[in-house]
Amino acid sequence: MLVAEARRRLERKKQAAAQPRLTGDKRVVILDTFMKRQQFRGDALIEVLHKASELFGYLDDGLLLHIARALKLPPSRVYGVATFYHFFRLKPQGEHTCVVCLGTACYVKGADRIMAAIAQQIGVKAGETTPDNRLSLVTARCIGACGIAPAIVYDGAVAARQTPETAITQLKPWITPHGP
Amino acid sequence: MDLNDLLALKAREIATRKPFTLRCCTAASCHSSGSAAVRQQMEQAVLAAGLSDQIEVRSVGCLRLCSQGPLVQADPSGILFEKVSPETAAGLVAALQQGADKIGLNPSGTPFFANQRTIVLANSGIIDPERIESYIVADGYQALHKSLTEMTPPEAVDTMIRSGLRGRGGAGFPTGLKWDTVAKSAGDKKYVVCNADEGDPGAFMDRSVLESDPHSVLEGMAIAALAVNASHGYIYVRAEYPLAISRLQAAIKQAKQIGVLGSGIFDSPFDFNTEVRIGAGAFVCGEETALMASIEGKRGQPRPRPPFPAESGLGGCPTLINNVETFANVPPIFRNGADWFAGIGTAKSKGTKVFALAGKIRRTGLIEVPMGTPLRTIVDEMGGGAPDGHTIKAVQTGGPSGGCIPVRHLDTPVDYESLAALGSIMGSGGMIVMDDTTDMVDVARYFMEFCMDESCGKCIPCRAGTVQMHQLLAKIIERRATAADLAQLEELCDMVKNTSLCGLGQTAPNPVLSTLRFFREEYEALLRPESTTTRR
Repeated sequence: MLVAEARRRLERKKQAAAQPRLTGDKRVVILDTFMKRQQFRGDALIEVLHKASELFGYLDDGLLLHIARALKLPPSRVYGVATFYHFFRLKPQGEHTCVVCLGTACYVKGADRIMAAIAQQIGVKAGETTPDNRLSLVTARCIGACGIAPAIVYDGAVAARQTPETAITQLKPWITPHGP
Repeated sequence: MDLNDLLALKAREIATRKPFTLRCCTAASCHSSGSAAVRQQMEQAVLAAGLSDQIEVRSVGCLRLCSQGPLVQADPSGILFEKVSPETAAGLVAALQQGADKIGLNPSGTPFFANQRTIVLANSGIIDPERIESYIVADGYQALHKSLTEMTPPEAVDTMIRSGLRGRGGAGFPTGLKWDTVAKSAGDKKYVVCNADEGDPGAFMDRSVLESDPHSVLEGMAIAALAVNASHGYIYVRAEYPLAISRLQAAIKQAKQIGVLGSGIFDSPFDFNTEVRIGAGAFVCGEETALMASIEGKRGQPRPRPPFPAESGLGGCPTLINNVETFANVPPIFRNGADWFAGIGTAKSKGTKVFALAGKIRRTGLIEVPMGTPLRTIVDEMGGGAPDGHTIKAVQTGGPSGGCIPVRHLDTPVDYESLAALGSIMGSGGMIVMDDTTDMVDVARYFMEFCMDESCGKCIPCRAGTVQMHQLLAKIIERRATAADLAQLEELCDMVKNTSLCGLGQTAPNPVLSTLRFFREEYEALLRPESTTTRR
């Protein structure tokens, strides 16, 4: 009796997670076509997760379950791979992203101080998004732009030779001002 | 496509060349400094001056002196223009006309360039990486044709063995021997994999090669496939390198179109299909068994070796895995012969090595020097020493797996054995210069934090050991540690080094060990004095 109840609850939870976004969403059709082109092969999982991230911005439980079913993989495997790699995000990202490179060249040139200044200014830590969902602060382990260190990527555009001041000036328009 | 078609293509491309060329760097560093706008301005200026039949504006790969970007180089004079802005770009066109090259830099008279010898980077900054014709003018795909028509696969393997090339990914395993093992492994299906998961923070050589000369890597892979009898390949690239990925994909498409890649290469029965696989941000995937797991769509966790990938790799098939720079060395070796290559470098380390020179140094960028070049030449002469009146304290090579070489050992020649003797490694080629303001204990903690984050969690020594070592280093930096803590740190280093499953864990203690070896006084100065005395 208890088991049946638990199972029903789990099933409802799964459906709740899956439904609101996955029915009638054009992006799902694109994802399904992409998986079909990969012949629903399990070894294409990482490619499929990349495509899903590109389409949806992040991977939620419903989406991961959908992929698991399509590729005939255990959900644990899909979840395991999605959480293993840093690139995949399981939570929605802010409207804008600021990626601070913490590679060795940037680090010895003061990227840690820039990071601290930004974190203090916007009030969130690395890997977090501001409460108004406008800005995500992310760190990277070397973006390969060591010749122009320290580097920061603002919404996909790499900026060279940053300082705490240039970073904060750049981020100003993306920050909702706090009360005094 | 046969050799005549290839040569005809080359001749046609040369015929379209104009007397003057302005080569504009569009690789990552210059790109982020605004080189796209510079190129556009130059094109407009050429058009406005009515010189379209005289001057060609070409997009090229890395021009190497990244700190001075955006860079533009003029042909035929070879003069290099630094820090070009969209405003000054039009002026270059005028300068070229008047023959006044005073505003630029003459590379042959500059130590940064004069000490270099380019094999891997020979085409970098010369050819347009997005056009296969440009690579063919630089004798591209002729080496593949030669190995296909004039050599048997065992002869090709023998060429690699005689060249003395060693793996450029870091460990320095003889490439010819690896090819030989894969060639001799039984199996109908074999794979060739290019490891382009350049994860070392502070290294950007492979990125530049892929962005500047993607076809040389493809040609190298095709020759390898021919030698070991493989028909399928993968290139595993970091997701952090979007430009490299798009240029590789474009290069594969073009090579297939003209019939030098894909099915029936050069109208022979030889097939080689290769596809790009994109990583997802895991440093451990640079380890070959983890890389293969990732290609198979699994978590990138390593497995014990043997069996080595050469015997049992992707899907249990024999798999040849080489690094980007290793493959890029292959076409020049086959074009010029094994003896030519073996004549460069030192007795045990042949050829050249590309380094990404960065950190506290005046001139940062990419350099390619013959093996055996002293570190001092690289850092002082080519790099120009530390900026702002500071002095150099140490040079870090090999990233989180390497070590810090103190300034008193700067006369060490760069080769696999000499660097290993100093407790560092050649690594993939990241070279970070540190000056007198750099805190070496903090550097050790920085690398340990990296290894702790990147440990895949499969084996306990690495998973738990890196956390413990990081905590001890933090304790030392916060001046809460005693001599007993330092002793425990050293003991842990030894244990993690000797018992971890893969290269990540086995080398994770290296930055600590090498800084302890050369900068022990910095650690000891941070210890709590009363406790040091009570211990005895």
